[in-house]
Amino acid sequence: MARNLFVMMLLVMMMVVTACGGSNSSNNTSEQPSNNKETETTDEKVTLTYATWGGADDKATPKVIELFNSTHPNIEVKLESTPNKQYWSKLETAAIGETLADVFWMNGPNIVKYGSNNILLPISEQIKADGLDMTKYPQSLVDLYTVNGENYGIPKDFDTPGLWYNKEMFDAAGVKYPDDTWDWNSLLEASKKLTDPAKGVWGIAATLDSQSGYYDTILQAGGYIISDDKKSSGFDKPEAINGIKFWTDLINVHKVSPTMAQMTETQGTDLFKSGKVAMLAEGSWNASDFASNENIKGKFDVAVLPKGKQRGVIIHGLGNVISAQTKHPKEAWEFVKFLGSKEVAVIYASTGTVIPAYEGTQETWVQSNPDVNLQIFIDQLKDSKPYPVSQNTSAWASLESEIFTKAWAGVITPEEAGKEMAAKMNEALEKEK
Amino acid sequence: MEIKQVSPQVKVHDNPKQRKMKQRRYGRGDLFWAYIMIAPLMLGLFIFYVYPVFQTVYYSFVEWGAFGNYKWTGLDNYNKLLTDTDLHRAIRNTVVYIVLSVPLSIFLSILVAALLNQKIRGLTIYRTLYFLPVITMPAAVAMVWRWLYNADYGLLNYALGLLSIKGPHWLTDPNIALYSVILVAIWSSIGNNMIIFLSGLQGISSSYYEAASIDGAGTISKFYRITLPLLTPTIFFVGVISLISAFQVFDMIYMMIGEKNIAIESTQSIVFLFYKYGFTQNMKGYASAIAVLLFVIILIVTFIQMKLQKKWVHYG
Repeated sequence: MARNLFVMMLLVMMMVVTACGGSNSSNNTSEQPSNNKETETTDEKVTLTYATWGGADDKATPKVIELFNSTHPNIEVKLESTPNKQYWSKLETAAIGETLADVFWMNGPNIVKYGSNNILLPISEQIKADGLDMTKYPQSLVDLYTVNGENYGIPKDFDTPGLWYNKEMFDAAGVKYPDDTWDWNSLLEASKKLTDPAKGVWGIAATLDSQSGYYDTILQAGGYIISDDKKSSGFDKPEAINGIKFWTDLINVHKVSPTMAQMTETQGTDLFKSGKVAMLAEGSWNASDFASNENIKGKFDVAVLPKGKQRGVIIHGLGNVISAQTKHPKEAWEFVKFLGSKEVAVIYASTGTVIPAYEGTQETWVQSNPDVNLQIFIDQLKDSKPYPVSQNTSAWASLESEIFTKAWAGVITPEEAGKEMAAKMNEALEKEK
Repeated sequence: MEIKQVSPQVKVHDNPKQRKMKQRRYGRGDLFWAYIMIAPLMLGLFIFYVYPVFQTVYYSFVEWGAFGNYKWTGLDNYNKLLTDTDLHRAIRNTVVYIVLSVPLSIFLSILVAALLNQKIRGLTIYRTLYFLPVITMPAAVAMVWRWLYNADYGLLNYALGLLSIKGPHWLTDPNIALYSVILVAIWSSIGNNMIIFLSGLQGISSSYYEAASIDGAGTISKFYRITLPLLTPTIFFVGVISLISAFQVFDMIYMMIGEKNIAIESTQSIVFLFYKYGFTQNMKGYASAIAVLLFVIILIVTFIQMKLQKKWVHYG
């Protein structure tokens, strides 16, 4: 028996050794040309992977890559698209296993975590060397992708939420369209007139959404989500609770929105697209999706979010970052620089998918659908606050949906939800130190 | 591994004399090649299965940080298991799921298998129909059922509406959602179990039935006195396998209920909680402790089943 085991272990070792040997020899052959690189500046092709979570951008990104590949014959970029739901767990696993894509999308909640753990390549020096003008991007986004004084990403796009509405339903109910004079009360009054239980239509879908929902109303009520020093939660402050109560009252008190259960079974955007709700607070990225929907095409428009005590919207935008593990930092930087260029911004803008971050290209996006008042998304920039983040954002942000679902369903009060959330969030923030 | 242990057909002849003889039959060269042949499988098994099991046990004693950093915290995670009310709720949900889905599924599978073991017209069509859910992706099954169950626009409540019954919120009412999931689980497991029972039924020699007929036994008494007892090894096998996979239920709940659902507390299973802690909250240490707990529970339950089988399983 012992001898059998020995034979087996020997076999296992043999296979491991041969496997390693194999990869070593192939490494050698691939390394040789790259050593020559310094002497004769290479006609060898470098392959870069670009990881995204696609979404609406899938319309434009392949075009952008095609353009880059054709103008950079020595680099070939490959797109690697993962659904947003799995993107972050996949990215973290890849970071641990050192198999990260060379260039990939980053968002606000994750930038500090990735930037402060040596996963991303700092690009401050490259920016300086190539004289890249960072003032061409919104300052709040450049700041978002700056960690400990180092730049890690070039802003790609930004988004703000707006109040989408169904003109046909407003006309039928004889209600004036939303505009910038609206406050919370006007929204409620209009919703009451638009709701008709007999027909199964509602004034608004009070969806459970942070970025296009309670984060904005918390700001409008004069509250905050996380303190400026990132040390304490604002969810238990009376203003924040008012911001939450705004949504839960629409459902549970005024009954002008479908219930939480109904919106779980049929999503808010689907209810809006099928003409079951007259209003929906949603992000600017829905523009092209709504415009291409047969049912609602030409019947909808968008207005600024109504003001509460004050105006306020959350701004967020993605950034393109480079992996610190990349074997081709030079080429990766070349690609990221290209992605941040005006040329690329115009491509994204003209497909109407996202608002490009590059200054002056937003107009192209607004023009991508002239029938809809897309300008409001740009106008709201002046009332915008950056997306709330901390060192380990997901540790507390992932608890929000669990706790707030109960408030939206009317099982607990907004006060209870705000206090429970703040307690857990403070506990999570305590651990960051 | 489990399959091999419980497989009723395998009878080990543990006669030392016989074993010695067998060993002598293989020369050293044969053994060498045998090991070469199984090496790829064993390597994969060790790297992707055995090693992670030990790693999971190890990680259950740590607190997980960002990007694979962790610190040893001893029994902290296990202490937390004792006070985590979400987990206790999840264990209760899982037990309800098992108690309802496993016996019902086995009962219906035997029924279907017995019906499809006869010579009837269109037999292959029926067998295919019952087996279809098995070869359909669970995600697709869940999506279709989500649509059927939709309270406002679903087919199910539409049909109930025709009978002027107001259908419930199948997937969002905390009192009902778990049962809705169980219903789909039973529906989708019948096909697989049916196939195993069919092969079990066909393994019963027709001479028993002939003898019983001569003795004047009717169809029902033949079923209870011959079919069922001789099918017990198969029932036992299906029971053990179903129980283990029912303990690990995740995909149906994840796809049909989802995280942003008011009914999630009353439907989430142990593995769903493991996923939530491990992958959305990045508490991989605590998630590992839950995995170890689940492993121990399954181990104990399977052990009890193995002990109890002597009382009711007949190896004819």
